[in-house]
Amino acid sequence: MSVLCAFRLWGDHGQETLENAHVCLINATATGTEILKNLVLPGIGAFTIVDGHTVTGEDAGNNFFLSKDSIGKNRAQAATEHLQELNSDVSGNFVEEGPDKLLDNDSEFFHRFTIVIGVQLPESTCLRLGSVLWSASVPFLVCKTYGLIGYMRLVVQEHTVIESHPDNALEDLRLDQPYAEFQNHIKSYDLDSMEKKDHSHTPWIIIVAKHLEKWLSEHNGQPPKNYKEKEAFRQLIREGIRKNENGVPEDEENFEEAIKNVNTALNPTKIPSAVEDLFNSEQCKNITAQSPCFWVMLRAVKEFVHNEGNGSLPVRGTIPDMIADSQKFINLQNVYREKAMQDAAAVSKHVESLLQSVGKPAESIPEKDIKLFCKNASFLRVVRCRSLAEEYSVDTVNKDEITSCMDSPDSEMVFYLMLRAVDRFYQQHSRYPGVYNYQVEEDISKLKACVNSLLQEYSLNVNIKDDYIHEFCRYGAAEPHTVSAFLGGSAAQEAIKIISHQFVPFNNTFIYNAMSQTSATLRL
Amino acid sequence: MQICTYVWGRNLMSEPGELYIPMIYPCMRSEELGLQRSFDTREHSSLNRGHGTLKVWRMPRSLLFFSSREKKRRRIEDLTEKMAVDSGHRDGGCDWDGRWNHVKKFLERPGPFTHPDFEPSTESLQFLLETCKILVIGAGGLGCELLKNLALSGFRLIHVVDMDTIDPSNLNRQFLFRPNDVGRPKADVAADFINSRVPGCKVVPHFKKIQDCDESFYRQFHIIVCGLDSIIARRWMNGMLISLLSYEDGVLDPSSIIPLIDGGTEGFKGNARVILPGMTACIDCTLELYPPQINFPMCTIASMPRLPEHCIEYARILQWPKEKPFGETSLDGDNPEHIQWVFERSKERAAEFNITGVTYRLTQGVVKRIIPAVASTNAVIAAACATEVFKIATSAYIPLNNYMVFNDVDGLYTYTFEAERKENCSACSQVPQDLQFPPSAKLQEVLEYLTENASLQMKSPAITTTLEGKNKTLYLQSVKSIEERTRPNLCKTLKELGLSDGQELAVADITTPQTVLFKLNFTA
Repeated sequence: MSVLCAFRLWGDHGQETLENAHVCLINATATGTEILKNLVLPGIGAFTIVDGHTVTGEDAGNNFFLSKDSIGKNRAQAATEHLQELNSDVSGNFVEEGPDKLLDNDSEFFHRFTIVIGVQLPESTCLRLGSVLWSASVPFLVCKTYGLIGYMRLVVQEHTVIESHPDNALEDLRLDQPYAEFQNHIKSYDLDSMEKKDHSHTPWIIIVAKHLEKWLSEHNGQPPKNYKEKEAFRQLIREGIRKNENGVPEDEENFEEAIKNVNTALNPTKIPSAVEDLFNSEQCKNITAQSPCFWVMLRAVKEFVHNEGNGSLPVRGTIPDMIADSQKFINLQNVYREKAMQDAAAVSKHVESLLQSVGKPAESIPEKDIKLFCKNASFLRVVRCRSLAEEYSVDTVNKDEITSCMDSPDSEMVFYLMLRAVDRFYQQHSRYPGVYNYQVEEDISKLKACVNSLLQEYSLNVNIKDDYIHEFCRYGAAEPHTVSAFLGGSAAQEAIKIISHQFVPFNNTFIYNAMSQTSATLRL
Repeated sequence: MQICTYVWGRNLMSEPGELYIPMIYPCMRSEELGLQRSFDTREHSSLNRGHGTLKVWRMPRSLLFFSSREKKRRRIEDLTEKMAVDSGHRDGGCDWDGRWNHVKKFLERPGPFTHPDFEPSTESLQFLLETCKILVIGAGGLGCELLKNLALSGFRLIHVVDMDTIDPSNLNRQFLFRPNDVGRPKADVAADFINSRVPGCKVVPHFKKIQDCDESFYRQFHIIVCGLDSIIARRWMNGMLISLLSYEDGVLDPSSIIPLIDGGTEGFKGNARVILPGMTACIDCTLELYPPQINFPMCTIASMPRLPEHCIEYARILQWPKEKPFGETSLDGDNPEHIQWVFERSKERAAEFNITGVTYRLTQGVVKRIIPAVASTNAVIAAACATEVFKIATSAYIPLNNYMVFNDVDGLYTYTFEAERKENCSACSQVPQDLQFPPSAKLQEVLEYLTENASLQMKSPAITTTLEGKNKTLYLQSVKSIEERTRPNLCKTLKELGLSDGQELAVADITTPQTVLFKLNFTA
């Protein structure tokens, strides 16, 4: 199976972690199999479906990975057969039992998985499993399709991301604090005495650096700060454009590029506040033999910042493409690249002594990991979700988030509250509201009672419109295929983020409203 | 799946050639993603308000055929037709108990958020199963998902058009294809798979270009869904549906409207939109959302390469046609020998300029212009599109108004907005298009304007006009002999060509099935 495209998005090392992952899916409903489909296609190592249900006619109607012949069979088995067929490299397993029973028999059953994805779980099972997985530090992704509403909750204590692949990353050019090698390189250029061809093929970074030197000497060492000063600086660069014998400026695109990039160029080198926060976290301060590599490397980077780095992160070592001839560009690129290698080597030394101090061998963190870490030092992210216990406890419920969202009564938060009320309904009546047509009307008042008792229990002073109560009775716990498929795509991608430690997962609740095609991420 | 803009940018953090991330977002404005990304729920809900601000959208009367009376009429017609053909045998007896339970809840129950025209009825399902005819354009990553989603939502009369055959690289996300299908038409394989997995479904495949189907073909469908990877094809389809509109005294006849649902994805980003041709923003109205194609300047490729991509382009564009390593055959991105040849030449080129990072995979990426596609993004976008088809076909909900973008690089993010019609859209406005040029302008300038203007973005426009009562081709690129004959016109001024103020120019292009009329206005 070709995984070419996937490789290009998350790289070979990302693909490798994917191929070593073992994913557990609880309940092979339409939502469940759609999620798994999108994990089997790019090639996770193995999956195990846990499902004690027997396939019904309804199941076979909205699920692409069950057929008419599956009716009456165990759902885990029937779905595994159909999913396995998608990719023979993936090992498919199934357990014909529900999660509660499994936990009763073997409380450590779920510890073996890279991630557990629980679909359409009743609240009690969800909370029980949530607490087991939380203490075992196994990431748990809860998914539910309820009518035209999709719900996801990520439960992970701590998830570290080295490669977050930000869309709009700032360049790391150090024009405001050029390191010695860069300074020497700038000095090797003499714009005034150059041949015309060389002049118009000098990279814009050099042009800006040269003019900045001049500016600083004329402005008491202060770089251009506001719009007016930046405009004046742009003018200064413009004046550097060569003129022909008639005094008309030549067409020098590299200078135009320099003028266009003044803002980027003058961006002060600083440590992003998110990274500062990580430096100050406990995990970074107290390195022990149990500390994950991420924290050891982070601490090493912090040491670097305070020592060799003079307050800055390791140089990233990449520059954007720019007008220049090959040689000038590559020379400049090498100045940055070599500095990045030097910095990474310095960080490596810190890693080594940190490892030594906790009695671990230096080679327990490979050189290439340290290089990757340094290159991404500005983009490091740590996602910490609250536990389900915290979300559900009356003492720790995030009331502020709920009430402030509900200031606008049509916020996606209303669907979260409705889903909670539906769970309450299920607890009380052992069925979902409005499953049969005749139940819809009579269940409206029953569901309303659940809404009120929920709000009361948590002392939430919010108003839920009757329309939403009616709508949820109308849903009758339907799992329409297209909403399942939407969640199938989004949940699979979040699972891949968790497995590969690349890109940033959501924190911690996602609501999708297919009625208006809107969504929201809530912190609960 | 790729959208036709082929700008390649390298992710900052990666080694050259190790990981490729497209820098541009053809399906959305980057500032929308960058600046309005929000994880704060309050901010988010103010952006994506649900029903609060969503304008209630009256279904155009055109869609009367979805009103229950019309449904009944069509059903009777359909039944009579069927009886004539197969003695009244309905359905083939392939339904089973509970099969449509998930769908029926939305069709048979009233609700507070339905479209004003909605009437709950048990007949609506029969309308979906027996009458409603849907066309899916594209049987690739999005198309396969769309077919599955529609089939499991109750649609049975589905046609699919695709001109491609299955390539091994499709298998990791186009889940209807298996290794032994490689080489077969995508449309055929997808249709067979769906028809066998979803009993009663009658997907009809068309292994051809959309341009090879005529008006009468397109006119037979109630709704058309596009899952295309080419913006040219999208624009052509859009133009076709606009050409089917009929106007009486300048008033649009709503019954001539065929709704177009369009989906597009690129990496972790995607968009879904609903277009009512002639009523809401069409593809060309929002053309500026798709940045024009940018290629590397030829001088960079030819004389001063800096990136591995420049070296690959050198081998592809300059060396291949010159050295003809495989005779007269043109470069085929799916032929490993061809890629290997380009890879070897690129490596030599790179070595000459000390450029690092040319890999086989990168070579294939550049040659095939692949923007990596991900199964999960296709799943999300196709799901949203299919939900919209269901809403329009059943009136069960108000359709998306009218554009949703999705991005899950950093958390999960959607942004929903109403794209506005462009008053003078060259495709749907019925407003004559003006061209402002001085009589001294050369035809070349007009040609450049047509291809470079952000809201026109034509590809190879053919310009004709009427001079002294005769049709005259001023320039036509696609036929070699005519191109050679008309090429000298490009250097002539409009005046020299005998064009006068107010002259009408008819422009044909592959981006539209219709000829676009321009009025030439002479400026001083």
